[in-house]
Amino acid sequence: MIRRLCAAVFVSVLFFATPGLAQDKSRVTIAAPWEVTSFDPAVSGFAIQKLEIMENLVDADETGALRPGLATSWSASEDGLTWTFQLRDGVRFHDGTVFDSAAAAQALTRAWQQPGVLAKAPVSGVSANGHAVVFTLERPFAALPALLAHATTIIQAPSALDADGQPAALIGTGPFKVERFTPPQSIDLLRNDSYWGVAPKLAKASYLAAGRAETRALLAESGDADMVFTLDPSGFARLGDVDSVKTVAVPIPRVVTLKVNAGHRFFSDPRARQALSLAINRDGIAAAITRFPEAAAGQLFPPALSGWHDPALPRLGFDMEAAKGLLAELGWTAGDDGILVKDGERFSILLRTFPDRPELPLIAAALQDQWRQIGVELEVSVANYSEIPAGHQDGTLHVALYARNYSLTPDPIGTVLQDFGSGGGDWGAMGWENAEVADALTAIAATGDQTLRSKNIARVARILHDELPVIPIVWYQHTVAIASGLQGVIIDPLQRSYGLSKISWSE
Amino acid sequence: MTAARPFLAALAQRGLQALIVAVIVGIVSFAMMQALPGDAAYRIAAGRYGYDMMDAAAAEAVRLELGLDRHWSVQLFAWLGALAQFDLGRSLVYGSPVVDEIAVQLGYSLLLAAGAVITSLLIAVPVGVAAGMKPGGVVDRVTLALSVFVRAIPAFALGVVLVLAFAVQLKLFPVAGFRGPEHLVLPSLTLGLGLAAVSNRVVRDAVVDAMAAEWQLFARTKGLSARFTVLRHVLRNASLPVVTYVGVQMAYLIEGVVIVETVFAWPGIGHALVHAIFARDIAMVQGTALTLGLIYVALNLAIDLACRGIDPRTRSA
Repeated sequence: MIRRLCAAVFVSVLFFATPGLAQDKSRVTIAAPWEVTSFDPAVSGFAIQKLEIMENLVDADETGALRPGLATSWSASEDGLTWTFQLRDGVRFHDGTVFDSAAAAQALTRAWQQPGVLAKAPVSGVSANGHAVVFTLERPFAALPALLAHATTIIQAPSALDADGQPAALIGTGPFKVERFTPPQSIDLLRNDSYWGVAPKLAKASYLAAGRAETRALLAESGDADMVFTLDPSGFARLGDVDSVKTVAVPIPRVVTLKVNAGHRFFSDPRARQALSLAINRDGIAAAITRFPEAAAGQLFPPALSGWHDPALPRLGFDMEAAKGLLAELGWTAGDDGILVKDGERFSILLRTFPDRPELPLIAAALQDQWRQIGVELEVSVANYSEIPAGHQDGTLHVALYARNYSLTPDPIGTVLQDFGSGGGDWGAMGWENAEVADALTAIAATGDQTLRSKNIARVARILHDELPVIPIVWYQHTVAIASGLQGVIIDPLQRSYGLSKISWSE
Repeated sequence: MTAARPFLAALAQRGLQALIVAVIVGIVSFAMMQALPGDAAYRIAAGRYGYDMMDAAAAEAVRLELGLDRHWSVQLFAWLGALAQFDLGRSLVYGSPVVDEIAVQLGYSLLLAAGAVITSLLIAVPVGVAAGMKPGGVVDRVTLALSVFVRAIPAFALGVVLVLAFAVQLKLFPVAGFRGPEHLVLPSLTLGLGLAAVSNRVVRDAVVDAMAAEWQLFARTKGLSARFTVLRHVLRNASLPVVTYVGVQMAYLIEGVVIVETVFAWPGIGHALVHAIFARDIAMVQGTALTLGLIYVALNLAIDLACRGIDPRTRSA
């Protein structure tokens, strides 16, 4: 009987093992860590946009330059308070319904009323006018077209909403339509044969959310996934030796930064923040933890953020003695256990961070060790990331470590204004006000004049570099493993697209 | 008729149990979510919008939208009222009906659980019977050592080893995902091996007991062959503790395989529950906990019925 059972197991193994493993030349499978949970662009827009299911009025290339999307042209009125976006003719949604100004205005009104980039812009109204969408503003805001290229402003078909007005389907105008969506793990795509633009070469594509970095590396190695995004350092190194895949690391405008509560008595003097910055061994962290030594952040804005990165700024240095000197100037003296003391109070602070990006707790541990050497005692709390905005709001935050994407929209001004404008921001300055920066940012937001913008951007970058309301630590690299047979792959540093519509298998 | 009455009584008893479980699980999970530290509106906003888009303004918008500023008793009674109409509400994070979310996730969980139990039985029954026929023999001792070894490997590590061997090296099965039956093999094997490591010992002990029983000797003495005695009497008697144990394993599998689900990128209710707790998705937590509670009741019922089917003595009692 045992022999018969073993035979049955063996036969069933053979039966299961054969199908579906040969490489399919019409399909590409993407694996990434991000789960797709919802039909709502406000929640899942990042994935819907990258998979080219829905499109924006405004598109952007991989350098961040804006180009026409579902709008063919756009212009602002003389006073800068009214923007008109002329829409493309002859576009249909995946279900065959017509894309028109009413549909676009409905989707954008919904985006504006939900938390997202539009909600933070000075928008006072969205309406349909003929075959155009019109935005009215409270004050001039030159970056509006860039906001309309963001993942939360993609255009969803009105037919995708259910009776309660909740999104219940993924219906857009993009080159791929959804064949099957199994939240939160996978999306299967089919080519949209009636796409208005150049039709993709691939007939099918799939997205698989694989939360574990080990799983993603194994998917790339076995060939089960053809493009794998966000590899851990060990997986990235191992895949470098596998012949069937290429590995690529692209610098992106995301920065690991340390938010400092400048309203707290320990940090109100810029010298205290400079001391903390001087005691950070950025080269060590970049080499040992994130494993890209060239990505140590010498300044806040990374080279990937062209126009904002200033090669002329001196690199943020590492000098323990200078750090100790600055703190001594501020009246701190070493106590019995080596921790600094002033007016009977120990320099003991709490750092908040979160585990969603696995390198953050490691960097926090490195900071704990490095700051102890200048007499600063650091306690680390690894929790939900909402603890950081919550601590900002109730004022209890000391320092927080997180990764900030300065290029949520192709024009970073929206994010920078939020972070360093008047009043600071949940993910930016805290207890820090600088009228010159606030004025310069307002000027950048209001004008399209490149010379004026550049002059103001340089001022902002210089002041942030000297005053350090947030302390940059390392810049990010976007790591990707690509099957060697794929051609036409473009890795978008702005992470707006996986480029599926341009990809094909080589013969 | 006489046989049906205790059966109906058992059914009614389990039905009442289900109702009590539903109310208690709902209230307890609600209370536990309320007791967690931190502001629920912030957690829900974080779960919805991700750290690039989440901020205090988003949290306040969520608080207003979901009425989280209402007194806790109002929120609890609203949920209980909806439950009485068989409405589990909408996920606070995803906006989709909780029932739809659970239906998808539970289906995949049950599929994986069934795959794991079948795999474990295919391994445990022959191994356990072989070991139990000669207690202390070579087979018994080798399988004991193997069981201890396999049980000691964390499911996560076992999964990665199996993937390296069968997916990356031999290319027999896919690494992860859930498109076809071939995707079920490695996660089922990972879980099944871990379960079989314990259940083959349960089978072995049951077989040893059965083999030592007086009725076994009687069956042999009255002239039945060894083979017939084992197939007809020993296996039937030994299966009682095994069926009960498999039921316990099944319940554990449906909710407790989060790590294996994550390694194999397999959607499932355990994974969904963990994410719902992190994101403070109260409606989803209550709905998931309720479903799991009811599944326990249903499993208990199924085990009762299975044991009655196997053992005629309980029927006449």
